[in-house]
Amino acid sequence: MSLFEKAAITGIGETAHGRGLQHGSALSLQMQAALAAIADAGLSPRDIDGVIPVATGAAVAEDFITNFGIPDLRFSATTPMGGASCVAAIQAAAAAIAAGICRHVLLPIGRTGYSGTRIGARVHEMPQFRTIGEFELPLGNIAPAQIYAPMARRHMELYGTTSRQLAEIAVTTRQHAILNGNAAMTKPLTIEDHQASRMIADPFHLFDCSLESDGGAAVVVSSAAAARDLRQPRVLVMGVAEGHPDSPSVITQRPDILKIGLAKAAPRVFAMAGVKPADIQVAEIYDCFTYVVLRQLEEIGFCAQGEGGAFVENGALALGGRLPVNTHGGLLSQAHLAGMNHIVELVRQLRGQGGAAQVAGATIGLVTGYGDMGDGSIAIMRRG
Amino acid sequence: MSETFTKPVPHPTPDTQPYWDGLARGEFLIQRCKDCGKLRHYPRPVCDGCWSMAHDWAPASGRATVQSWTVCHHPFHIGFKAESPYVLLTVDLAEGVRAMGQLRDMDPAGLRLGLAMELGFERTAEGPVLPVFRPARQ
Repeated sequence: MSLFEKAAITGIGETAHGRGLQHGSALSLQMQAALAAIADAGLSPRDIDGVIPVATGAAVAEDFITNFGIPDLRFSATTPMGGASCVAAIQAAAAAIAAGICRHVLLPIGRTGYSGTRIGARVHEMPQFRTIGEFELPLGNIAPAQIYAPMARRHMELYGTTSRQLAEIAVTTRQHAILNGNAAMTKPLTIEDHQASRMIADPFHLFDCSLESDGGAAVVVSSAAAARDLRQPRVLVMGVAEGHPDSPSVITQRPDILKIGLAKAAPRVFAMAGVKPADIQVAEIYDCFTYVVLRQLEEIGFCAQGEGGAFVENGALALGGRLPVNTHGGLLSQAHLAGMNHIVELVRQLRGQGGAAQVAGATIGLVTGYGDMGDGSIAIMRRG
Repeated sequence: MSETFTKPVPHPTPDTQPYWDGLARGEFLIQRCKDCGKLRHYPRPVCDGCWSMAHDWAPASGRATVQSWTVCHHPFHIGFKAESPYVLLTVDLAEGVRAMGQLRDMDPAGLRLGLAMELGFERTAEGPVLPVFRPARQ
């Protein structure tokens, strides 16, 4: 059995994005987004019979489940993959739906990444970073910018990738955020602005790094059959997969530090969906750092290994470009909601609800997640 | 008079204590599977080649080559503010495992993939001994 078109995304919801616009705990932001997604689908909270809370930082899964008031919850799970968790949760939800366990699975996230614990302190408080915490934190390897930078540096040394090419990604993403109407960063950005921004962890400038955000986002995954009767145009999950890198304890210890879990997941998802990279009209690519977008484009097969730098040049990722990417502004310029906002945006695009950032005629697209251990997740969807 | 800030220190587990004890003696110990002989680092309970939990420890020669690096400008922990910018070097040890340490005695502008480095040891003000790397002597 394959998960091909067994499930559909039927509801999407987000809080307002932008510093100072949100009030409340990570749990309340998570619930606010959950209620919005359920209402968007035309469902009631009592219709939800499955839940996969994406627990990062302060919000834990049990807290959501025990407080949300679901009368007959039949399926619960978590996907322990950091930023790859949200898209991986689509796979878990679709599997539970295909097995007949449940019909409507809620995937909510809430974060206080700005007003709560900041990234420099958060990472080594997280048990999943125990290995980095013991062996690399005492050396000064503290935050993701430092942890990821050696991957980007090696890519540059091996393939000639440049900081200006990384800047292309930041600039395009900002252009899209400006069109969004619900994004934290709304000031135009140029390649020169990026190059002049302060160095965080070489080769990452400030504008290579994603935001720290307060907010929430949620989606409802329903059985493909049940989705026919709901409020919104149906968006079917054609394929979904997760993949983990070799020996994933920490980046430094991977046999090939450039190789990521997505390399294993991408062939699986295209085989399940029965399409090729050339069929994808819009892509929402997890963008904790500009480099991570570039590398995933290679591993998905939009370009050859090492050619990501040339691929992203000249506005290739902009609306009207060869592959519109992160049409909502991503983690770099909309908000850091661990990629749940990427799923929300893909669904919006495929429904034709993309507003000023709509990719004309988009009917098929993909979304990825990327976790700090190199974990990858990917889903291909179509309007149907 | 300047304020001082304490850096984070490692919290060893029974699985990892021999590594830290080795550093304190000026030895860099690599875990070795007693069944298949595969070396692994950082220390962990099971061999990812044959899943044996039996292991001993082998000292590293100290020879290394550059795998990658980053120059850290923004101090994400206040304990590192005074020494910023500092260079975190990722190296391939001659034995075939990866290690990380700060760069010493070299301008990072001269770093290249594959450059020969050598391991050193530094005792920190906080107590633990940490590995560092400097250009290999000819």
